[in-house]
Amino acid sequence: MNRQDVFLAGLGGQGVLLAGQILAQAALRSGLEVSWFPAYSPEVRGGEATCTVVMADGPVGSPIVGRPRALVLMDAGSVERHLPRAAEGAIAVINSSLAPDPPRPDGVRVITVPANELAQAAGSERSANLVMLGALLAVRPVVALSEVEAAVLDALPAHRRSSAGVNIEALRAGYRAAGGDVSV
Amino acid sequence: MEDRSGATRKLMSGNEACAEGAIAGGCRFFFGYPITPQNAIPEYMAEHLPEVGGVYVQAESEVAATYMMLGAAAAGTIPMTSSSSPGISLMQEGLSYMLGCELPCVVVNMVRGGPGLGNIAPSQSDYWLATRGAGHGDGRCLTFAPYSVQELHDWSAEAFQVAARYRLPVMILGDAVLAQMMEPVRLRPRGEAMSLDREWAVGGGLKGRERRIVNSLWVVPEVMEQVNLRMKARFDQAEAEMVRFEEVGDEEPEMLVVAYGSMARVAETAIGWAADEGIRARLLRPISLVPFPYAAIRVWAERVRLVLVLELSLGQMVEDVRLAVEGRCPVEFYGRAGGPLITPEDTLSVILSMAGVRRML
Repeated sequence: MNRQDVFLAGLGGQGVLLAGQILAQAALRSGLEVSWFPAYSPEVRGGEATCTVVMADGPVGSPIVGRPRALVLMDAGSVERHLPRAAEGAIAVINSSLAPDPPRPDGVRVITVPANELAQAAGSERSANLVMLGALLAVRPVVALSEVEAAVLDALPAHRRSSAGVNIEALRAGYRAAGGDVSV
Repeated sequence: MEDRSGATRKLMSGNEACAEGAIAGGCRFFFGYPITPQNAIPEYMAEHLPEVGGVYVQAESEVAATYMMLGAAAAGTIPMTSSSSPGISLMQEGLSYMLGCELPCVVVNMVRGGPGLGNIAPSQSDYWLATRGAGHGDGRCLTFAPYSVQELHDWSAEAFQVAARYRLPVMILGDAVLAQMMEPVRLRPRGEAMSLDREWAVGGGLKGRERRIVNSLWVVPEVMEQVNLRMKARFDQAEAEMVRFEEVGDEEPEMLVVAYGSMARVAETAIGWAADEGIRARLLRPISLVPFPYAAIRVWAERVRLVLVLELSLGQMVEDVRLAVEGRCPVEFYGRAGGPLITPEDTLSVILSMAGVRRML
């Protein structure tokens, strides 16, 4: 059975939980079994927010993952707390806008993406979560970019549809920044 | 969203799926009071119960919510409430009164770290409360422990039939993992409201029938004993009919792992990894905690070298497992309390060390 996990962490307000939900929705769209498990501190903003997405072509089993094989880390505190938990052979996508010069542990492939700057260039710094998700998909294609784009549209309520362009552009900017080719 | 089988599935949190399951199962009367990590249940009920002509009331306290349930149940409905550990402690008084009045209801407990106010992290430390309660007196809830968002949805719906059939409080026991995680759910169609027409219900005028009394005060000991015996008879019937469990893993195991709810999910992954390491392990997952699958565990206790119990507590269900095993083989325990999670990686280490130790003996 093919089983993939992605652990996302950042500050409350950075959209970590939403990015994970969009990934989970894309997995469901792709015909996979999926679980999305959040853990966060009680603060509205600035506390820690994390979620774990497990995707499989059969029952996902544990929604809890001790040593993740893919990590999306959006600030310096998350890098400090969670990069040491990465499994041997894991891939870690790190937001260099808030965690410049992160450690590069043996056995972990570290990709840095200036997500805040790329999101701002795409139209809104608030889309940094999607830049990070796009970058992850370029280096660990757990689901197709097109399914994630569709899931982004699913996630937008009707009165926010006008921001679809910014969000899709942020996703693609991250994908390109990590070496992905959006034309394929 | 259509899945591979063509069925429509929706990504939902355990809380939402539980609430929608209740509506599908016929719930029309919900009384609650907010507490994390189950706030999405009353929130969902407040929004959606009116769509089916149902009533949502936010009570002034957990205690009040249970007495609102008592009133609604006395009128012949199957009412519902939901809370989390400290709130469920407060509800014990009302639940005992409902037992005394022989009234059914459905209670959801999304367990958090404790004791005391504790925290909002996942825990399974309410096993004793959920299986030995409700409150004082000689009675118990029937308690079911789903392990996925789909099962939360399904058991929440089924709970209404079970409560009606045995005229007992039914508790759905989840935790902060199951409450907040999202998974795809195949939704049940919304069913009709539960019938109000019960031979013991009050209200609606006499219409030529005898006066009915719903009461938990029986001053004459022999009369009170009769209430207890009637309740025991219904409980015994539930014990004969409602034992539910599931097994996965090796057919000829050296080790039986027993875990429920979220920890059964963790154990399921860990025994798969253990098989890759050459360890023959099987998972038995109680779904009904009351009635407990004593007989099923006893059968395996004759055949395995060791039973390992995994819980997010310092050891509560392990007592029921020991009652089932009755000394036939060693029963080991691994658990954490107060909020930290047990990962499949932790569980694999425990399984490997237990298997290694047992093999050397």
